[in-house]
Amino acid sequence: MTLSSFLGPAIGGALIGLSAVLLMALNGRIAGVSGIVAGIMAPLRGEGRADLSWRAAFVAGLIIAPLIVSAVRGELVSVSTPHPLWMMALGGLLVGYGTRLGSGCTSGHGVCGVARLSKRSFAATGMFMSTAIVTVFVLHRLLGV
Amino acid sequence: MRAISALFVGLLFGLGLTISGMIDPSKIIAFLDVAGDWDPSLLVVMASALVVSFFGYRIAFARKKPVLEEKFQLPTKTEIDRPLIIGSALFGIGWGLSGLCPGPAISAASLGNGDVYVFLLALASGMLLGDGLPKAAAKQAKARS
Repeated sequence: MTLSSFLGPAIGGALIGLSAVLLMALNGRIAGVSGIVAGIMAPLRGEGRADLSWRAAFVAGLIIAPLIVSAVRGELVSVSTPHPLWMMALGGLLVGYGTRLGSGCTSGHGVCGVARLSKRSFAATGMFMSTAIVTVFVLHRLLGV
Repeated sequence: MRAISALFVGLLFGLGLTISGMIDPSKIIAFLDVAGDWDPSLLVVMASALVVSFFGYRIAFARKKPVLEEKFQLPTKTEIDRPLIIGSALFGIGWGLSGLCPGPAISAASLGNGDVYVFLLALASGMLLGDGLPKAAAKQAKARS
């Protein structure tokens, strides 16, 4: 890993950590994206629309950010999806279902929960990291995707 | 005020995801592919995010309450239960299949990759299923008892 390929991840990671801290310090909330999005969809489930505005604002920020980086770089940030479309669809379904059943995703468990030294988040993070690595191993090394 | 701070924090979070490279599924899959041409950068992202959030949370929690709210809203569950483990396992499989977790997928929505929209649609469906089924099961259990 060269210094320049290390800097992006290091700075980007620090920004993710900083935003987790700020959302707690200012809004008193865990910066867990799956939980925040599920809250936005609460009216679809026939529940109240409490906290809709801050949740929607957070998501808007997420969506705008890559455009700012693209504008600064003078080219659209690259997003490439190496796996077939059906895997994106099945993957999305499993990520959505799994993060609700498991009460969190990479941000809520992997960053916020682990930083709070939550036992549940350590277990969840260990679990999703392991199954993700096994899945890619099976796809690439055994099935030749 | 709460929405403005959430917008700012979401923007920061999205910048972190973009600058770190996490927004690109091929990069995530290269990180998960430990038996292949392994890309360690996600490890740097996680480590950097955790160092900042670990110490930052300690500063945030030194105050009695958040700046804009009356109290910190933290998860109350402490037990490692079956839904946590099964949900996280399914999430990991979906993450490996697609190379996307909720944060990067939402951020990437502004970049016009069709596969990402398929993932997002499936993600929303999966979340609604995940939130609906446990509640329906709880209702049934209640009706039976």
